[in-house]
Amino acid sequence: MSDARGLSSWLTTTDHKRIGLLYFWTALAFFLIGGIEALFIRVQLAQPNGHLVSAETFNQLFTMHGTTMIFLALMPLSSAFFNYIIPLQIGARDVAFPRLNAFSYWVFLLGGLLLNASWLVGPLFHAGMLNVAPDGGWFGYANLTERQFSPGPNIDFWQLGLQTLGISSLAAGFNFIVTILNLRAPGMTMMRLPVFTWMTLVTQFIIITAFPVITVALVFLMFDRLFGTHFYLTSAGGTPILWQHLFWLFGHPEVYILILPAMGVVSEVLPTFARKPLFGYPVVVYSGILIGLMGWGVWSHHMFSVGLGPIADSAFAATSMLIAIPTGVKIFNWVGTLWGGDIRGTTALHFAVGFVAMFTIGGLSGVSHASPPADLQQTDTYYVVAHFHYVLFGGTVLGLFAGIYYWWPKMTGRLLSESLGKWHFWLQFVGMNLAFFPMHFIGLLGMPRRVYTYAPELGVGGLNLASTVGAFLIAVSILVFLLNVWHSARHGRAAPNDPWGGATLEWSIPSPPPAYNFSVIPTVTSRLPRWKTEHHEAMRDPPATPPAPIHMPGGSWWPLVAACGLPVMALSVLTHTLWLVFAGAAILIFGIYRWAFEPFEV
Amino acid sequence: MSGCGGPFPQSTLQPHSDFARATDVLFTDIFWWAAGVFLVVETLLVVALIRFRHREGRAAPKPTHGHTLMEIAWTLAPAAILVFVAVPTVRTIFATAGEAPADALKVDVIGHQWWWEFRYPELGLVTANELHVPLGRAVQLSITSADVIHAFWAPPLGGKRDAIPGHVNRIAFRASDVGDYSGQCAEFCGASHANMRLRVVVDSDSGFGRWATVQLAGPAAPGPGTVAERGRAVYSRSACIGCHTIRGVSPGVIGPNLTHVGSRTTIGSGLFPNDSAHLARWIADAPALKPGSLMMRMQPPLTDADIAALVAYLESLK
Repeated sequence: MSDARGLSSWLTTTDHKRIGLLYFWTALAFFLIGGIEALFIRVQLAQPNGHLVSAETFNQLFTMHGTTMIFLALMPLSSAFFNYIIPLQIGARDVAFPRLNAFSYWVFLLGGLLLNASWLVGPLFHAGMLNVAPDGGWFGYANLTERQFSPGPNIDFWQLGLQTLGISSLAAGFNFIVTILNLRAPGMTMMRLPVFTWMTLVTQFIIITAFPVITVALVFLMFDRLFGTHFYLTSAGGTPILWQHLFWLFGHPEVYILILPAMGVVSEVLPTFARKPLFGYPVVVYSGILIGLMGWGVWSHHMFSVGLGPIADSAFAATSMLIAIPTGVKIFNWVGTLWGGDIRGTTALHFAVGFVAMFTIGGLSGVSHASPPADLQQTDTYYVVAHFHYVLFGGTVLGLFAGIYYWWPKMTGRLLSESLGKWHFWLQFVGMNLAFFPMHFIGLLGMPRRVYTYAPELGVGGLNLASTVGAFLIAVSILVFLLNVWHSARHGRAAPNDPWGGATLEWSIPSPPPAYNFSVIPTVTSRLPRWKTEHHEAMRDPPATPPAPIHMPGGSWWPLVAACGLPVMALSVLTHTLWLVFAGAAILIFGIYRWAFEPFEV
Repeated sequence: MSGCGGPFPQSTLQPHSDFARATDVLFTDIFWWAAGVFLVVETLLVVALIRFRHREGRAAPKPTHGHTLMEIAWTLAPAAILVFVAVPTVRTIFATAGEAPADALKVDVIGHQWWWEFRYPELGLVTANELHVPLGRAVQLSITSADVIHAFWAPPLGGKRDAIPGHVNRIAFRASDVGDYSGQCAEFCGASHANMRLRVVVDSDSGFGRWATVQLAGPAAPGPGTVAERGRAVYSRSACIGCHTIRGVSPGVIGPNLTHVGSRTTIGSGLFPNDSAHLARWIADAPALKPGSLMMRMQPPLTDADIAALVAYLESLK
């Protein structure tokens, strides 16, 4: 990493590694906030007729828990790895557009702060604290979100926050597509790309196609709320079902935006620790692409209770079931990778295997949602909550922790404690199953989701209590992880270039890598460049010092300045102050102008 | 509220209608397929982890890159299983599409924030929160909403359908057992979504006839000089009349029809037993019992005596 120190070196950084770390720490902070929100939810529901928080507060808690975990924790945690690891895996010095990369991060940070500020700024809107946070669910179904039914600023915070975050994701999406397609080292053909890079590429294509859809939906909503249009109102020929189509047309691909990077991580970790190439590399890559494409044709399975008619329901049932096939193929290939290997039981491997085991459960319960009649009994119940937590916690979170344990030495230059890591894994594994498995039964026994209370007569008090205990076990496991992080920073052993015997390029350079990454850009001749295979010798790692001086671009203030224009424009909508939108636009345009004409400094 | 729902009155796993049974059979089918796949995958995973764990002196693993036949096999196997899931799925989709024979009892279901209105157009009667249907006769519900999106869900009698403003959704079922089943709104609809509960009472044919006769009759007239009569006077001069219907007394349509409120077992959309203590607290301050309730605190507040009179009147409306 760049040697410059001090606050301004971080505010102006364009180094993909520093931006990756910024993403990581910010996303981790939001992950903790989202987790605390989850604990409040679980305490409230630990027994029937719970009254820790009011109905209004509870609705804000579950809305912000979902929104935070999806947009502020899991997506940016993946981004942390895109940023840090992708240029290293493809043998590049940085991403294609380093300043745009900085801009993406700052917009993400400001969007996240904007959303979360809603917890505190109630008094500015003549309401109490904890009163104006978004409260319409992460799915924000119209027409409940219209001004008539949600008059406060709550939904405005939500739609403005998501619009802001969308800009960040879109900018990053284009950046990484260009990076992966154009900055590959010599010899790094597409079918030699590490699978994590491949899954990142697929994810970015989904992002740049899905986020415009939610942006359109949010702009419609904003116009309905601000200017009296009727996109989602029946009164003038609109329909709230339009929102559902637009939202899920984005929302289902979003699921793959969340899971594909974790699948990529697992496809890196399993071969490294099984000491065996990934089984069926082309099939794993193609099935990832197929999942990305098919993810566009299944959105209405979130809407089986809407009453789209038997023909549409049958069609979407069929497409939704088909998507199980490439997913199943991936799972069998991961098992095939382990089969016949020489498996090292590192913490990273524990998490990667945990991903395969838990994601399988989430995938299988998903098949019952793909069947509309069965789904009519399950949708909007805790059964669905169980399903997607097996996918997003059992899948994405375990997968991302596999990535954290795997790449931590590369990113920080220090090793994490393996024994604390095992404690973390087992507590989290037991905790998540205790938290989420009973939810299958809670749902099948008739408890809907998004309820702040339930009647003792439902008979699900005991199961809910078990789930709450599980949630606290997860919290303990996260504390163990934080302890491990602290321990690593204070006492962790220095990491060598390659602590694991990895096959990909990032392990050929120091930990953490120097600002220029590779002293000499490597030439790649194999899919597993650092491993000896039947046809290839292992590559020679680049020399420790560059044989010739390497030019790296300096930092820039302008991405941060430009990013600051966006929350000012959002503030204009929140406070209904017209001049602010011009002020915000002026900041944005000024920032972009100076950025565009910034002298090329050495 | 308990009734005779057993230990799990809202369970989807104890079907009491043809509709609920069809989805239950389908779900059970899918469950066993999923359980089989689960066992295969997790067993392979555990065996691989134990059998191929690192041991000192183990030879380096063969660098296998894949196996085309195996890839084809584990592509086709799930596809074959999915055929066994998809065929009964499509059959059940069409069987549960809400079509009903011409002689079906038709009920209009209207979701409101946060209560349910039930209208029987053929019988000309209107009630709230407690749906009565006869045993063994086909029932067709036409579901819509007066405000935001809700979902009508009575799990023992079948799956949910959204109540969407400007749209009508239909479900049809034939109840197979007399009983008192509970359900609730399943689509998040604002502050008191959790408190938008409902009951479906499946009566014997004669029982349903008796219930309908009672509901069709005009409201009970309180005897002269009784507390209930004073209650009717309080009702008639208070804000109550702006929102509630009592046939011949008040025409309001915003809140539940109260013509026979005394015959219902619960108040507040299935939240509380219909007794004088709860009625009194409800009338005095509904939002305190049900967050966001659109039935506001009366301004100026009613006196305790007025509330007691109102309670007596409402309870007399059997």
